[in-house]
Amino acid sequence: MKIQTIADLERLSRDYSAKLYYPERIKVNIGMASCGIGAGAQASYKRAVENLSDDKNIEICRTGCIGFCEEEPLVEVLSKGKPRVMYRHITEDKIIEAIEDYKNQEFKKKLVLGQMKDPRSILEDELENPQAHIPAIDGIPYLEEIPFYRQQVKVALRNCGYIDPEQIEEYIARGGYFAFLRSLGEMSSREIIATIKESGLRGRGGGGFPTGIKWETCAKHRGERYIICNADEGDPGAYMDRSVLEGDPHSVLEGMLIAGYAIGSKEGFIYVRHEYPLAVKRLITAIKQAESYGLLGDNIGGSDFSFRIKISTGAGAFVCGESTALMASLEGKVGRPRAKYVHTVEKGFRNMPSNLNNVETYSNVPVILLKGSKWYAGMGTQRSKGTKVFSLVGKVNNTGLVEVPMGISLREIVYDIGGGIPKKKEFKAVQTGGPSGGCIPERYLDLGVDFDELTKVGSIMGSGGMIVMDQDTCMVDVARYFLDFLKEESCGQCNPCREGIKQMLDILTDICLGKGKDGDIELLEELGAMIQKFSLCGLGTSAPNPVLTTIVYFRDEYEAHIRDKKCPAGVCKALFYYEIDKEKCTGCQVCARKCPQEAITGEKKKIHVLDQSKCIKCGICYEACKFDAVVVK
Amino acid sequence: MRETTALCTKPVIELDFMELDRIIDDEYSRDKENLIMILQAIQNTYNYLPKPTLAYLSEKTGVPLSQIYGVATFYKTFSLEPRGKNIIYVCLGTACHVRGGGKIMDRLKEILRIDTGETTEDMRFTLEGVRCIGCCSLGPVIKINEDIHSRISGDMVENILSKYA
Ligand SMILES: Cc1cc2nc3c(=O)[nH]c(=O)nc-3n(C[C@H](O)[C@H](O)[C@H](O)COP(=O)(O)O)c2cc1C
Ligand code: FES
Repeated sequence: MKIQTIADLERLSRDYSAKLYYPERIKVNIGMASCGIGAGAQASYKRAVENLSDDKNIEICRTGCIGFCEEEPLVEVLSKGKPRVMYRHITEDKIIEAIEDYKNQEFKKKLVLGQMKDPRSILEDELENPQAHIPAIDGIPYLEEIPFYRQQVKVALRNCGYIDPEQIEEYIARGGYFAFLRSLGEMSSREIIATIKESGLRGRGGGGFPTGIKWETCAKHRGERYIICNADEGDPGAYMDRSVLEGDPHSVLEGMLIAGYAIGSKEGFIYVRHEYPLAVKRLITAIKQAESYGLLGDNIGGSDFSFRIKISTGAGAFVCGESTALMASLEGKVGRPRAKYVHTVEKGFRNMPSNLNNVETYSNVPVILLKGSKWYAGMGTQRSKGTKVFSLVGKVNNTGLVEVPMGISLREIVYDIGGGIPKKKEFKAVQTGGPSGGCIPERYLDLGVDFDELTKVGSIMGSGGMIVMDQDTCMVDVARYFLDFLKEESCGQCNPCREGIKQMLDILTDICLGKGKDGDIELLEELGAMIQKFSLCGLGTSAPNPVLTTIVYFRDEYEAHIRDKKCPAGVCKALFYYEIDKEKCTGCQVCARKCPQEAITGEKKKIHVLDQSKCIKCGICYEACKFDAVVVK
Repeated sequence: MRETTALCTKPVIELDFMELDRIIDDEYSRDKENLIMILQAIQNTYNYLPKPTLAYLSEKTGVPLSQIYGVATFYKTFSLEPRGKNIIYVCLGTACHVRGGGKIMDRLKEILRIDTGETTEDMRFTLEGVRCIGCCSLGPVIKINEDIHSRISGDMVENILSKYA
């Protein structure tokens, strides 16, 4: 069937909406994005299918990631007229138990994360809440009210975890492709661009360039124009784009279609990093399905607008996230950036006008068109509108993806949503903006997060990675880590970046090895300033940021390494040793059993001894001791 | 920036030219723009990029061998050396790093007695570092072939390896 009109969409939407919200059978939605699979969801799915495929009353389905990765594998169970319940940590040994639990409507606390109050997407205001008349289960919190979700507003992530990403009909059922068909039928290119401009949407890839202005400039240039999606997501510790691609690929296709129509393009490309094989697979499926419904291809919806989307995979090069390098890579070449005297909106891919946006940017677009620019601009801060997805990871209790209105404070993210630091350890810093960003200390946690605030303290919001660090993280080592990353990733074209980063790295490596000298810090600062000023592309100009911010906020740690030859956090192997605290050791033998070097000896219930000559500082005993008896010296 | 390795000439392998033609002509329509994806497909077939395949690819697409070599050495995925039967990717992304990814790497190096980027003598394992596979919430993470192992600690490593013959 080809979809030609809004009425066609409405018909499909109605049919599938019933299946999504009022299933006759028990519907088991297993969260199967890469993170869920990594936590064991694939095995749970297999077990459920093997054991229950004969059961006519049960339907096993898969969805994307609903965000609360700490509790994965997550499994949601629902059926018509009954509550929708989210079960947590459902590994293969628990999947049958969880489904039984739902069948018997027992809702054992140890299995249940929460019940869902309202499953509708942000595009379904007009629909009645399917759960409206269903009595709440006593003693089980509403999912929307637990601290992790309470402040979240899902725009870009509106469908992740709610639909089967490999079924276009479910995307349509939750309001998908309406924005595109409506704008195709009712709006001119100029009106679409005006709406995006008014909404204040800024690029989510990190730079924060106003999307509407980019579209407008690109549309002005003559010649074949291209729409490109940056799905290279190179920042380590960030996985917002992966989640959207794996959980809701059509939202990106729809955003690109709208951009294509507004800018006057016939061809789109998605550049995905090859480390995301599942995203690639789901995108391929999504494109095929959209083509078979006539939503991609020639004369879409009977109009004279034709548009196709191709997928291209990267091959492991961080610099290919940079716009000009990405376009060179798309052409099958080495991904080296060029100086941007001429912008890519004028001369980009194949030397033609090209519009590049990030995954999350595109997935916001359909919502803005349906709900209006005013609605969108009503969220966020003065100069950063809407919501932003963050990947909250590292040393924090509730790891996962969070989507919140811009302007929310770092403290709210780390403590209210993230639930603070595990094992009662002390917060040290939160790293934002990936290798181009910085480390923000405790005293700035009340800053609101948006494109402009974090730059005031030397970091950037970036694409949304937020890595929380605690007392066990060495800031000098973190700075060294980022430079090591950037040294590998520098394309090598320009001197300041290629040689400068290497010099800074050598100095930092020496510091971490206990060979630091007076004056090293100043030298780092000097080199950093030079690299920032003279590098060719964004990789180089931002490369010194992690070092410079840690010098400003954690100078004492640098000094401890250089002067006292100590690593207070116990990370730099040359600068600390482990010791067993005689007061705290209970003689439980756990460390002795786990030590791969047999460096720890001691009888049961007697104080243990660590033989320094055998110790390789692997840290296994430190992690294993429940009594904090292994200490860093 | 990566140090370049010499084009590998060591083992003599049987090339399946029909398969190469299928990849280059049918799957990627001999299009220069698809060079990176063609190389990926070749690497999927042989586990690395044998030198003769690059020459063959150059001949068919008209892209100079020097340029193909440039691409094959610029991007980290590609290997010009044969790799082990099982490839271990240790995540060294930031989230995994602060949760001890580096220690996992050290443990693996010790157990396997090889360095990053190397292959064990029996060709059973190749050890590689990657910067983030997108499962940051579950760190530290390693990926062996297609399987993701999450929330691992140093003392779990040996047990995990034993599952891969
Ligand atoms: C070194 C470097 C790496 C980058 N990596 C990415 C990336 O992985 N994903 C991304 O969307 N943007 C990345 N960017 C930003 C892009 O160059 C570009 O600004 C962005 O994709 C534009 O889309 P937006 O306006 O929707 O954000 C990177 C920039 C630099 C300098
Ligand atoms: S940092 Fe290890 S998976 Fe992202």
